[in-house]
Amino acid sequence: MRLASSALMALTLATTLAACGDDGDAEGSADGTTTVTVATFNEFGYEGLIEEWNSSHDDIKIEQVKVGTWDDAKANLYTKLAAGSGLSDIEAIEGDAMPAILAEGGAFEDLTDSELEGRWLDWVAEKATNADGQMIGYATDIGPEGICYRADLFKKAGLPTDREEVAGLMGTWDDYFATGEKFIEEVPGTAWYDSSGGLAQAMLNQVENPFETDDNTVDVENPELQAVYDTVTGNIAKGLSTKLTQWSDDWTASFQKDGFATMACPGWMLGVVEGNAEGVEGWDFANVFPGGGGNWGGSFLTVPAQGDNIEEAKEVANWLTDPEQQIKAFEAKNTFPSQPEAYEAEAIKTATNEFFNDAPVGQILVERAEAVTVQPYKGPKYSDILQAFQAAIIRVDDGSQDPDKSWEQFLSDVEALG
Amino acid sequence: MPQDLKPSGGDTRTVSPPLPPPATAGPPRSAWRQRLNRLDVRLSPYLYISPFFVLFLLVGMFPLAYTAWVSVHDWSLIGGKGDFVGLENFREVLDNPYFGKQLVNTVSIFLLSSGPQVVIAVTLAALLDTHLRARTWWRMSILLPFVVSPVAVAIIFGSLYGDRYGLINELIGHLGISPIQWHTDRFASHVAIASMVNWRWTGYNALIFLAAMQAVPRDLYESASIDGAGRVRQFFSITLPMIRPTMVFVIITSTIGGLQIFAEPRLFDQTATHSGGSDRQFGTITMLVYDFGWQLRDLGRASATAWLLFLVICAFAIVNYLLIRRLGALGEES
Repeated sequence: MRLASSALMALTLATTLAACGDDGDAEGSADGTTTVTVATFNEFGYEGLIEEWNSSHDDIKIEQVKVGTWDDAKANLYTKLAAGSGLSDIEAIEGDAMPAILAEGGAFEDLTDSELEGRWLDWVAEKATNADGQMIGYATDIGPEGICYRADLFKKAGLPTDREEVAGLMGTWDDYFATGEKFIEEVPGTAWYDSSGGLAQAMLNQVENPFETDDNTVDVENPELQAVYDTVTGNIAKGLSTKLTQWSDDWTASFQKDGFATMACPGWMLGVVEGNAEGVEGWDFANVFPGGGGNWGGSFLTVPAQGDNIEEAKEVANWLTDPEQQIKAFEAKNTFPSQPEAYEAEAIKTATNEFFNDAPVGQILVERAEAVTVQPYKGPKYSDILQAFQAAIIRVDDGSQDPDKSWEQFLSDVEALG
Repeated sequence: MPQDLKPSGGDTRTVSPPLPPPATAGPPRSAWRQRLNRLDVRLSPYLYISPFFVLFLLVGMFPLAYTAWVSVHDWSLIGGKGDFVGLENFREVLDNPYFGKQLVNTVSIFLLSSGPQVVIAVTLAALLDTHLRARTWWRMSILLPFVVSPVAVAIIFGSLYGDRYGLINELIGHLGISPIQWHTDRFASHVAIASMVNWRWTGYNALIFLAAMQAVPRDLYESASIDGAGRVRQFFSITLPMIRPTMVFVIITSTIGGLQIFAEPRLFDQTATHSGGSDRQFGTITMLVYDFGWQLRDLGRASATAWLLFLVICAFAIVNYLLIRRLGALGEES
C-alpha cells in the first residue's frame, strides 16, 4: 500500500534524524587504552615528547590536534564551550586570554595539586589561578623579550654590530627611537622596527594597568595608555615603522626584503623569524630590552570539564609541563620554560642558535626573564580591548584615519564590547 | 540514445489494457476500499514530498525561529540565555555605525561580483556552445577554479593583492603607477574581493548557461541563418530569450550567495580581528554576525543581525521577482 509505505518512509527518516542527536562517543576503546587528545596552536615543540610518552605507556595514548594560530584555536574553543561538547581532553590557551577563561567558572577543571607547588614562576602561577584560589591551567612557556636585529644593516648604517654593544644602544625607549632615527637616515627605505602593532604590544607589556583597573573596571583613558598610543602613532610619521600589519603576507615578505632592522623578540618569536627570514644572513639576538624587561605571551594547558577522560588528561598535562619535558620543548622550538627549575639545566644554559650568529639564546632568555619586573594587570576583557587597540593603530599606520579620529573610534569600539 | 517509445513499425498489434477483476465483495467493503483509494490518491503525494518538509522544518525553519527567539534575549555565547530584552538587540545593531557601513560594503561587493559574473558567464557559455576541438576539455577546465577551496583562493589572491610586496603592485610599479592600497582603499578592496568571487563562480555559472543553451532547438538557428541573421544577432534574438528561465535561476542564487559573502573577505583581512580591514573597509554583514557572536560573544546581537540580513535578502528577492516579471511581460509583448 502506497499510503502506508510512504508514511513509514517519513517516519523512518524522522527517527533517523532524531537518533543522530545523541551519539556520545566514549573514548575508552575495546583494548583498554585511553586516548587523551591535546589541542595546541603555533609550535609547542611537543611532537618528540608525545612520541616518548606513547612508546612507554600502554594504558594512555596522547594524540595532538594542531591548528595554525591562536585565532583559529579560540574560535574553536568558544564554539565548543557554547555547545557543551567537542573539545579536546586538554586545550592549550594563549596567556592573554587566560583572564577571560578564568571568568568562565565551571567550564574547566580545577588542576590544583599541592605536589606541584613551586613548579612555576609565581606570577605565571598567579595568571592561571582564579578568584577561588583554584589553578585552572598548567603553564607551558613564557615570552621574555630581547631584541632581534640585522647586524648587516647595522653595519651599513655605521652602527656597532656586536651584540654587547648593540645592547648598550637601547637601554631605554628614548635611546631605542633615537638610534632608529639615526638608522633610517643612513639606510633610507628600511624601517627601524617590524610593525607598530608589535611595538605597541611590547610597550603595553610594561604598563601596570593598560586597559583595566585591578577591580576589572575598564579604563582606557589613562595617561599611560595614551602615552603608548601617542609614541607609537608618532613614530609612524617619522618613518620608524614598516606600516605593516603583524602576521600579514606583506609583513612575512618584509623579512626577505630588508624591510626593517630590529624587532621585539620573545623566545617563541625566534623560530618565527628563522622561518620567515630563511636564507637571509646577518640576524642576531641582543640581551637587552628597552625600558627594562618585558614578557610577551606564554600559554597554558587546561582540562575542559566537558571531557570524558579528565583524570588521564590531568596526568598528561602535569607530565607535559614538568621542567624536564619543557626543556626538551625548548630544544625543539625555543619555547622558553615557565619553570624556574629548568633555568639551571645545562641544556638551557648552553643553548645557542646558529641562525642568530650562534647567539647564546638560552642564557640571554634566562637573563631577560629575570629582568621582568612589571606584570601588566589583565582582566577578562584584556584580549578583546587589545584587538581594538591594535586595529586603532593599524588605521593610523595604513593612512585611513588620523591618530585623533582613530582614538575616538577605539573608544567607541571598547564601549561596544558591553 | 533515449529509448524510442513508439512501437516499432512491424508490430501493429494493439494490446488492450487488462480488465479490472470483477467485484466479488459486497457493497460495504467496496465503498470502504473506494474511500481508502481516494484518500490514497489525495494524500500520497503529500507524504511522498513530506521527507523534504520534515527535513526543512528541522534544519531550516527551526534555526530560523530559534534565532528569532535568541535575538530578543540577552544571550552570551558561553553563559547562555539571559533576560528577555525585546527589540533592544535590534536597536543596538541598527545604532551600531558598522552596521550601515557593512551593509553598503555587502551590496557593493555583491554588485561588483554578480554583474560581471553573469555577463562573462553567458559570453563564455556562448563561446563553448560552438564546434570547438576538444570540447569537453575546454568545458571542464572552466570549472577548475570552482574545485579550489576558498582558503587556497584567499592565499593565492592574498599574494596578488599585497599592499607592498604584492604581485600586482610590483607589476604596476614598473609602469610607474603608484601602488594601490588593496586592504585600505574601500573601493579597491571591494574590487579585489569581487575578483576572487568571480574567479571561483564564473565557470560554474557558465556551465549552467551552457546546459541551457544546448537545449535550444538547433533548427531555430538554421532558419535564422537562412534569414540572414549573423551570429551576434542570433545570440541576442534567439539564445538570450530562450535561456531566460536559467538566467532567473542564476541571478537569484547569486543574489543569495552574494549577500551572504563571508569566507573571501574574512580571509582577505590580515589583522588579528579579521573583521574586514582596520576600518571595516570590506567587512560584510555576515562578518558582523560573526563579530558579534564570536568576538564579542553576544549571540543576542548576532542573531538580531542575522535576522536583519534575512530581511534584506527578502527585500532583494522581491525586487528581483518584480524586475523579472516585468522583463517577462516585455518578452511576451515583443
